[in-house]
Amino acid sequence: MPERALRLNGPSLEIVERCDGKHTVQQIITDLQQLYSKAEPKKVESDILDYLARLRDQRALDFDG
Amino acid sequence: MTLAPTNPLALIAELTHRCPLHCVYCSNPLELESRSGELDTLTWSRVFREAAELGVLQADFTGGEPLARADILDLVRAARAAGLYINLITSGLPLDEAKLDALVAAGLDHLQLSFQSAREETAAEISNTKSHAQKLRVLEWLKSRRVAVTLNFVIHRRNLNQLAEMLALAESSSATRVEFAHVQYYGWGFANREQLLPTREQLANSIDFFKRAQERLSGKIRIEYVVPDYYAKYPKPCMGGWGRKLMLITPLGEALPCHAARVIPGLQFENVKDRSLREIWEASDSFQKFRGQAWMQEPCKSCDRRELDFGGCRCQALLLAGDASATDPVCSLAPTRAKVDAILEAANQPSAPAASLTSPAWLYRPNPT
Repeated sequence: MPERALRLNGPSLEIVERCDGKHTVQQIITDLQQLYSKAEPKKVESDILDYLARLRDQRALDFDG
Repeated sequence: MTLAPTNPLALIAELTHRCPLHCVYCSNPLELESRSGELDTLTWSRVFREAAELGVLQADFTGGEPLARADILDLVRAARAAGLYINLITSGLPLDEAKLDALVAAGLDHLQLSFQSAREETAAEISNTKSHAQKLRVLEWLKSRRVAVTLNFVIHRRNLNQLAEMLALAESSSATRVEFAHVQYYGWGFANREQLLPTREQLANSIDFFKRAQERLSGKIRIEYVVPDYYAKYPKPCMGGWGRKLMLITPLGEALPCHAARVIPGLQFENVKDRSLREIWEASDSFQKFRGQAWMQEPCKSCDRRELDFGGCRCQALLLAGDASATDPVCSLAPTRAKVDAILEAANQPSAPAASLTSPAWLYRPNPT
């Protein structure tokens, strides 16, 4: 992003690394539910959707199709 | 001795001071650097590698007009190879569709297109060039290119009545980000300040406009605005603090902590031809000069806000208070704030230059040879 930078660590890095125009949102959720298998799957899903919406609101990412 | 507290995040690469526009608020210094001394491709390529090694994430290619460099594609490739995110800040004048495609193919991530106005005649008055129609063509070309786009509108007394038209132009484009930047009063903007400084009412209306636009366009276009700090209660943390986040390289290779730093007397700036970026960032006198708090005077020295705004802008302190170590005179706590208040009072007099008057006597920046 111009004149800004995102500091990524842990789950946020895992999510953004998969925002590559190839992964679907569902694939990202499935991947992270496996990675964080101790966490409640529903919670992982809602956290990811919230995070992606925040990035979209900052115009840091677009959704295709 | 103070140590470099952090690594720089952005490198501002002033590739050239040559420019087809002559804007009355240009951020280049009054003494423009000539083409003959400009750094060559290899030196810039080394600078990009050294910047990336130092922790820099972004390179802002600016000028002058960076597209005036014949080797611009090689420079984009070099910065890309170094792993930097590349932002091209351009007037769009030297651009055609083939050049745009080549830039994107070379690795350009983001393009910032500058506008002087949403209207042809105001744009021509401010830049002393016919440029607006070409900018509109570039906006059309950008719609089908895979590159992020920011529109930048520099705003001031003469065009604050056109904000709605500017925003409409942005909404009709592929931009995901729009900057409305009130002129900052350094260099050419300082020389033309009387004609550029908005009235209190203009400023209040503009802030109201931006807040409503941000709300309406949330998730579609990110709207950022910069207010003129003469009207502020506290100064801006200029450049995020001296030598804390940014490094600027001039066309001839001098490394500066900010665009205007050369106005400060007594500072010697190192050149990237003689020293590595790391040496300059970590140890040069010029980058150490206003780091930390040892240089501060009262009221900054004991102020609760000294870690928030770092005493404000050093160049503004020099320009308005005559002392680069003084508290930024725009601060309401500064002993010299009365100077700023007098300037504002003059700008708000009924007899002050009106937004509707015909062209005032502008001081235009020339194009260096």
